[in-house]
Amino acid sequence: MFWRMIRGTLVRQWKKMLMIAFTIALGASLASAMLSVMLDVGDKVNQELKTYGANITVVPKSASVLSDLYEVEGGQTGAYLQEDELGKIKTIFWAFNIVDYAPFLDVNVTADDGTQIRCVGSWFNHHMELPTGEQLDAGITSLRSWWEIKSGAWLDEQTAGDSAQLCMVGSALAEKYGLTAGSTIHLTGEMSDQTLTVAGVFDAGGEEDDQIFAPLNTVQAFAGLDGKIDSIEVSALTTPDNELAERAAKDPGSLTVSQYETWYCTCYVSSICYQIQEVITDSVASAVRQVADSEGAILDKTKLLMALITILSLIGAALGICNLVTASVMERSSEIGLMKAIGAQNGIISGLVLTEIFITAIFGGLLGFAAGFGFAQIIGHTVFGSAITMKPMVIPIVAILVVLVTLAGSIPAIRMLLHLRPAEVLHGGH
Amino acid sequence: MSLLELKNVYKIYGELHALDNVSLKVEKGEWVSIMGPSGSGKSTMMNIIGCMDKPTKGEVLLDGVDISRESARNLTTIRRDKIGLIFQQFHLVNYLTALENVMLAQYYHSMPDEKEALEALDRVGLADRAGHLPSQLSGGEQQRVCVARALINYPEIILADEPTGNLDEANEEIVVDLFHKLHNEGTTLIVVTHDPEVAEVAQRTLVLRSGRLAKEIVNENFTGKIHFDESEGFRKEEVKAANGIQQPEAPQKSGKKKGGKK
Repeated sequence: MFWRMIRGTLVRQWKKMLMIAFTIALGASLASAMLSVMLDVGDKVNQELKTYGANITVVPKSASVLSDLYEVEGGQTGAYLQEDELGKIKTIFWAFNIVDYAPFLDVNVTADDGTQIRCVGSWFNHHMELPTGEQLDAGITSLRSWWEIKSGAWLDEQTAGDSAQLCMVGSALAEKYGLTAGSTIHLTGEMSDQTLTVAGVFDAGGEEDDQIFAPLNTVQAFAGLDGKIDSIEVSALTTPDNELAERAAKDPGSLTVSQYETWYCTCYVSSICYQIQEVITDSVASAVRQVADSEGAILDKTKLLMALITILSLIGAALGICNLVTASVMERSSEIGLMKAIGAQNGIISGLVLTEIFITAIFGGLLGFAAGFGFAQIIGHTVFGSAITMKPMVIPIVAILVVLVTLAGSIPAIRMLLHLRPAEVLHGGH
Repeated sequence: MSLLELKNVYKIYGELHALDNVSLKVEKGEWVSIMGPSGSGKSTMMNIIGCMDKPTKGEVLLDGVDISRESARNLTTIRRDKIGLIFQQFHLVNYLTALENVMLAQYYHSMPDEKEALEALDRVGLADRAGHLPSQLSGGEQQRVCVARALINYPEIILADEPTGNLDEANEEIVVDLFHKLHNEGTTLIVVTHDPEVAEVAQRTLVLRSGRLAKEIVNENFTGKIHFDESEGFRKEEVKAANGIQQPEAPQKSGKKKGGKK
């Protein structure tokens, strides 16, 4: 009889039930889309922010001390890191979070007109085959992706070969010497001189516009510093710092064993720095604080915005459900009054109405979840240019939210139902 | 002990005394009509006797239990177990068949029993209409489904509020005959009505005016006469006539026409 009545109501009030299902579907779709994006946005935003540069720099320990004391830039202290240790960065605990890195060696070279020019050796798209079997293309091509190429193209290490004497020239310097792609420039270093062909002219909007960027081995040859580098820039996916991370960054020794394990096994920028220091001899790795902080702040704000959209959409859905369920109960007031009159207790009638609503909610929720998955992909492709991975935990969260919203939306109708007096709806008091 | 006793019952809404110091007794198996003009307090009294409302003051003893102090939950239980309700507007669930409407009362009382529900419909001459929806039944048939629903749980009292108010004369007669039958079976009947013809067939008529019991008329000619064949239920001709099917030989009463076939 119970299910016969449920079926009767669902069939008879199908338009209203469809509206309720649609309202729930709308709320559920927004909630599941936002939750999916929110749970995936950390990685997506991190990846986006990585395009704006590295978030960790590694310098020799002595250079770091001098830098702290006298604010002297590393690389001019006579201390160097070893190039052959660079591969170790991809062997740390959070190796998979290291998305890019590049070594740097700054030397001064002299142009034919006697002008001192800063020449920076680095990787462009350096191909590495790691001991783990992983292959990696790393370098400033991706680490400085915002550079605008005014002429030519990015220097391609992989097709150029070691013998090709190529370089990239900053736009200001190129203008000064009338250089374009294919031009040559003769430079004299401390230990050797070379004629480099310009592969491309870039505009970085900073001091790099007065510099020349060349493959690492070319610059090492200028200075006679084979196998030496003076800094490494690392782009890593990190999680925003918390109090534990800040404490650990100051002194990892102050942590208890369990705190240390938690910190070490969480991709805080400080724990990744610590792990890089462990594999690069006599190095100090530090967060580029501005970038790391803004990443955390942007991530938090993005998540907050999405949480607010989710909450508002659910409130909207609850209000919609509230109106529709209340209207449905009002429409059925004489039927409900009759049920009470012939002996139905409030609990039975509430159960009947809630069952009807929840059957509708399940239908709407499933529809909304499917639509939400679609919305998430649209957001992913539109905003981040890639698909959003639907985390399994979204399903129970959305299910719980649908239940809570449906319950919240049904409360006024249930209250009305509980207070409905059969005498008033079946025949008014005379 | 009386089955129902009202002792100095008041129902007050602000300044309005819907019931004003009403006292009455209804014995087991008695058929009582309550009459009165609109606003006289008939329905208020029905609601109180039917456990759908509580008096402001006074006692209402049903089978010796004072229901005026019971909780809403207990009143629902008492109503379910002891009272069968019949309404002027029928109040059938329109997506349930006649049989299911009767079974609904069983469902809230104990367990639905299709055979028993069908027997109840048979008692009111509607066994062959068991699978019809209310919209497929005439007003008289709907009211008879209501009677079957009111009877199904063997209540102590049948309370009928203007049971013939929406019926034409032929159907009114069928329903009144049904009341005769129920009365003969020992059911206590309290019928609220505007219609003197319906009221006068009861054993006793109570007249309410402005919330007060103005008059009590005892029907000395009460015969308990019934118009149907005990062995066969309703006569087929009578049912057809009530449903508007032409029966040239069927007796036609002149006069009022209140509802008509739906």
